[in-house]
Amino acid sequence: MFKLFQPNKIFQITSKAPKYILLLFVIVLSIGLMEALILSPEDYKQSDAVRIMYVHVPAAWISLGIFSSITFLSISGFIFKNKNFFLIAKSLAPSGFVFNIIALVTGSIWGKPTWGTWWAWDARITSMLILALFYAMYLISWRIYENEEKVFKITTFITIIGIVNVPIIKYSVDWWNTLHQPASINILSKSSIHSSMLFPLLIMTAAFALFSLLIFLMKYNTELIKIKNKGLDRL
Amino acid sequence: MINELLFMNGYGVYVLSAFSFTLFSFSALYLITKVQFIKEQNKFVAKFGSLNSEKAKSAKSQRINKEILANVTNN
Repeated sequence: MFKLFQPNKIFQITSKAPKYILLLFVIVLSIGLMEALILSPEDYKQSDAVRIMYVHVPAAWISLGIFSSITFLSISGFIFKNKNFFLIAKSLAPSGFVFNIIALVTGSIWGKPTWGTWWAWDARITSMLILALFYAMYLISWRIYENEEKVFKITTFITIIGIVNVPIIKYSVDWWNTLHQPASINILSKSSIHSSMLFPLLIMTAAFALFSLLIFLMKYNTELIKIKNKGLDRL
Repeated sequence: MINELLFMNGYGVYVLSAFSFTLFSFSALYLITKVQFIKEQNKFVAKFGSLNSEKAKSAKSQRINKEILANVTNN
């Protein structure tokens, strides 16, 4: 089955897909921005400050999702001795890191009008900052280690340690008294967010997911060409 | 209407700076990734061009190499 995902076979698709994904992203983002900034209602308590949620929450969700995927891919790469899994994980990391930073910065901006402070060492914020450090360590490892086997081992180790932080981020608002409100959206039970706010949130999440897919494909193609460049050197 | 949209009951500066930071980060990441991609693609073309005919023929037998070269001409 893994042969289907061999770089040589999927490059034909991954090299052509970015332009279509970019077009789709621009369309979905435009709809999302109109919904988030103009059409969605203001909150009865937070007024218009609630609109920051439409960038903050999708960024946080996607950065968590990407880190979980990177961990899964790194472990799978190790188990199945498949380099392509590591390549996919490496290509996912930059967008995950940027989404993590966006979640931290927009959260800080949201904190000022709602909590009266730009930063608090609250469990959720601190654990998100720790995730950003794991992302940074992961990306730096790829830059500093030349030896393939060594970098595979180190990055997998970083993700295994880092993944412990993911459930802490998720449940920090339940386990500790934090400034953060508990989750408003639950997959298994009824969400407490109104559909007029849920709809723009989902559209923005879709736009952010498309952007991370776009960056992933561009980065993955770059990595494949890098490998082929090394191949030409060996000819 | 536009004033209302920008003012947002006094929260405009927070909301718009959060959205601006997000869009700026997106643009920066996209541009950096695009530049890296083009750089690597150009390096490939230059290396391919410096191969002798025999090596070039052997390199061209790989589908992925042909795809990379085709993409450069399409871009």
